[in-house]
Amino acid sequence: MEQRLLEQIKAIVSNGRVLTEKNDLFSYSFDGSFGTFVPEVVVQPKDVQEIAELVRWCNTKKVVITPRGQSTSLSGGPLPVKGGIVLDLSVMNEILEVDEEDLVAVVSPGVLTSDIHKAAESKGLMYPPDPSSSHVSTIGGNLAENSGGPRGLKYGVTKDYVLGLEVVTPQGDIIQTGGRTVKNVTGYDLTKLIVGSEGTLGIITKAILRLIPKPPASETVMAVFDSLVDAGAAISRILSSGILPAKMELMDQASMVAVENYEPSGLPTDAEALILIELDGHPAAVKDEAEKVSDVCKQCGAREVRVPQTAAEKADVWKARKLVSPAIVRIKPTKISEDATVPRSKIPEMCRRLQQIKEKYNVHLVVFGHAGDGNLHPNIIADKSDLEEMKRVEQAVTEIFEAAIELGGTLSGEHGIGTMKAPFMEMELGAAGLDMMKRIKEAWDPNNIMNPGKIFPEPGQKLVLTE
Amino acid sequence: MSEKLTQLRKDLKYEKTNQCVQCGYCLPVCPTYVTMKKETHSPRGRINLIKMVGEGRIDDLSVLQEPIDLCLGCRACETACPTGVEYGTLLEAAKATLQKEKKHSLPAKLIQKTLFKKVFPSRSAMQWIGNSMWIYEKSGLRKVVQKSGILKALPYNLDQFEAITPPSVSPSKRAELPREQEAKGATKYKVAFFVGCIMDAMFHRINELSIKLLAEVGCEVHVVRNQTCCGALHAHAGELDDSKELAKRNIAAFEQEKVDFIVNNAGGCGAMLLEYDHLLADEPKWVERAKAFSNKTKDISQVLSLCGGLQVDDHPHETVTYQRSCHMTNVQKVTKEPVQLLKSIPNVRFVEMNQADMCCGSAGIYNIVHYDESMTILDEKMENVKATEATTIITTNPGCLLQMKLGVEREKLSHHVRALHLVEYLAEAVGIK
Repeated sequence: MEQRLLEQIKAIVSNGRVLTEKNDLFSYSFDGSFGTFVPEVVVQPKDVQEIAELVRWCNTKKVVITPRGQSTSLSGGPLPVKGGIVLDLSVMNEILEVDEEDLVAVVSPGVLTSDIHKAAESKGLMYPPDPSSSHVSTIGGNLAENSGGPRGLKYGVTKDYVLGLEVVTPQGDIIQTGGRTVKNVTGYDLTKLIVGSEGTLGIITKAILRLIPKPPASETVMAVFDSLVDAGAAISRILSSGILPAKMELMDQASMVAVENYEPSGLPTDAEALILIELDGHPAAVKDEAEKVSDVCKQCGAREVRVPQTAAEKADVWKARKLVSPAIVRIKPTKISEDATVPRSKIPEMCRRLQQIKEKYNVHLVVFGHAGDGNLHPNIIADKSDLEEMKRVEQAVTEIFEAAIELGGTLSGEHGIGTMKAPFMEMELGAAGLDMMKRIKEAWDPNNIMNPGKIFPEPGQKLVLTE
Repeated sequence: MSEKLTQLRKDLKYEKTNQCVQCGYCLPVCPTYVTMKKETHSPRGRINLIKMVGEGRIDDLSVLQEPIDLCLGCRACETACPTGVEYGTLLEAAKATLQKEKKHSLPAKLIQKTLFKKVFPSRSAMQWIGNSMWIYEKSGLRKVVQKSGILKALPYNLDQFEAITPPSVSPSKRAELPREQEAKGATKYKVAFFVGCIMDAMFHRINELSIKLLAEVGCEVHVVRNQTCCGALHAHAGELDDSKELAKRNIAAFEQEKVDFIVNNAGGCGAMLLEYDHLLADEPKWVERAKAFSNKTKDISQVLSLCGGLQVDDHPHETVTYQRSCHMTNVQKVTKEPVQLLKSIPNVRFVEMNQADMCCGSAGIYNIVHYDESMTILDEKMENVKATEATTIITTNPGCLLQMKLGVEREKLSHHVRALHLVEYLAEAVGIK
């Protein structure tokens, strides 16, 4: 970027920091997905007015700008694929207020999601969305990507807990969407439009989040199955039995073997599947529900059902699930984490398709995830330096997307589209559906300065996992 | 790929960077990321820069200099890492690679060379330093110097450190540690005591007390001859060849005595001793001997606990907190024993501080060469210390001990808060002098 322009940026962002050293620029060139894209400058703002002025300047000068939280994204959201400015909002974390009377939290975009969890819990409340990276990820990133998490099954995802936003538009105006009330039908729901827009429509500078009372008790049920399809059937049966668990997680044989090799804890590695169910609510209710869930699992052919009693036993059971991610990358270093999601009734069929894809392309595919909401997380473990293998992985991933859509599901349950999934958008939305989205983008951001290169495919763009 | 790049990849241990999936789990535990607030000073950022250099996307090695220099090397990121990235190995490789290229100013090079090659490894030189410190103190020179303001003119804010330097031991009392100390009662274990260089020079008394405590719980203690500095400071500065040399000398020295454990009382040294097998992994002649050595290495708190702890009948009421040694937590993985020992003392209320696992900013000589960065980290640490309302801050490493003493001075708490090594506190409780 020309020195003259840099000086102008520095003059605008007088309260923040402007980074231009080579090592700084390279440090903002990546996220948790693929690719390296070096920005021309990194801005760490401290003030909403300055952000508004900076965006207005960008719009005039046609300089592109990419908002970023802590860059844990698995879909390329914060990658500056067209260069320009990376706006690091992780430093804007001053405000975290919990209002017990309105049952809301007001937060700055850089606040860590887990800090919101803690602040709410200290007042007997709960902010339910719980992405597994919540101790690192910022709420701004969660909002931009509409992140989910295990509790999505019962409580929904980020969008279900946002009442209002403060947003800097691509024209550099500061607007308020929604408000502090659960009910609000005044005009178009711009709040929901911004949430999940991956930073392509504006910059979220403040959010008003809905909180709920924290459930007083929880129970865990663990069930072991000799057949993956039986486990899938048990999941469907539980969900149609009048009980809605808080979490329902699946581990297949490959993931259990990986965890046992990594940190042995006596998992049944000869079984095809294990499901973990958490029930929360009134102590008497969850006890009763745990019994019913155990019965359903047995009826569906579970060979073993366990209800851990102490807090320590419960923690042990969930630890195994947490270890899947680290355990599988010990096999090979590159993890392609997908989040294609299918309707609940199609979970067993999706499990079957995934097995076929695994064999057809001879890839190391592991299935574990939030089974209860159809968000199966098929992960492919590969080595990105092996180009021939990566070609097979590309084909397998493409076929996973196709299978999910054929079964009435979606490309992305919670990670976002970003760069990698953009080529498949039309397959899910149809030409007219995608065009409608594009027209919204063009109306908001006619100069295409806000996080360009995301969501919408470039002409002829294909999935590429090799650099 | 060019020959130069191939060599660079080898030097930087490039292939190990691929273990990093850039999930960012290391960010909240990294003291430099938390205080400096940019990815360039995070573990994930540093690994990425090493990767970029290894891939030839950055051809200018100097981009690594500042991020690598400013890393404390606390290795909290390794504990947080879900995929087992060997950050410590990458850091040392990067330092060694930079060291190879680096053009130090001549005096700095000379000082470092003298310290690393002649002083730390030599017990007589380190004792001379200890004695000089005693003379400096007792001759009244210290008072004159303090009053003169001459310290303010010292580089690197050394005046700040003068105030916290421990009282020295006189040459007559500094007599050699006993070659052998019998166990009190029946012998449970035969152990060799690792003396260390800084511990010996500056904290001679803590070494004496350590030996007495070990004897108290039933250990027969040997202080083997020809042992030397552990080599940690050399490794952290990228001088791996020097570390290897010292490791070999220690391995050979400790092979003289057949013991159950090799006991140390410094978290940083212990971590280095424990990793001798990694350090010498490429040397087939040494690797098995190094493994045997590492397997016997224990922190003193582990051995005291193993022997059943200490018997204390009565003790004044007091609240204490514990500033964990990073290398003890993240490398040795010794976390429970010090706390158990403290809790076993009657009337001692142990309060864990917030972010107890966060480095205090001492980190070898980091607090001297990167004074401002270190003090920012220390000031955050002291807020957490104050919140515990502890009147004693326990440490398990000499660097942490000095830094905590400095923190107490900076916060002007010295009239009612003290910083002690765990060994000092335990000895005081048992009545060993």
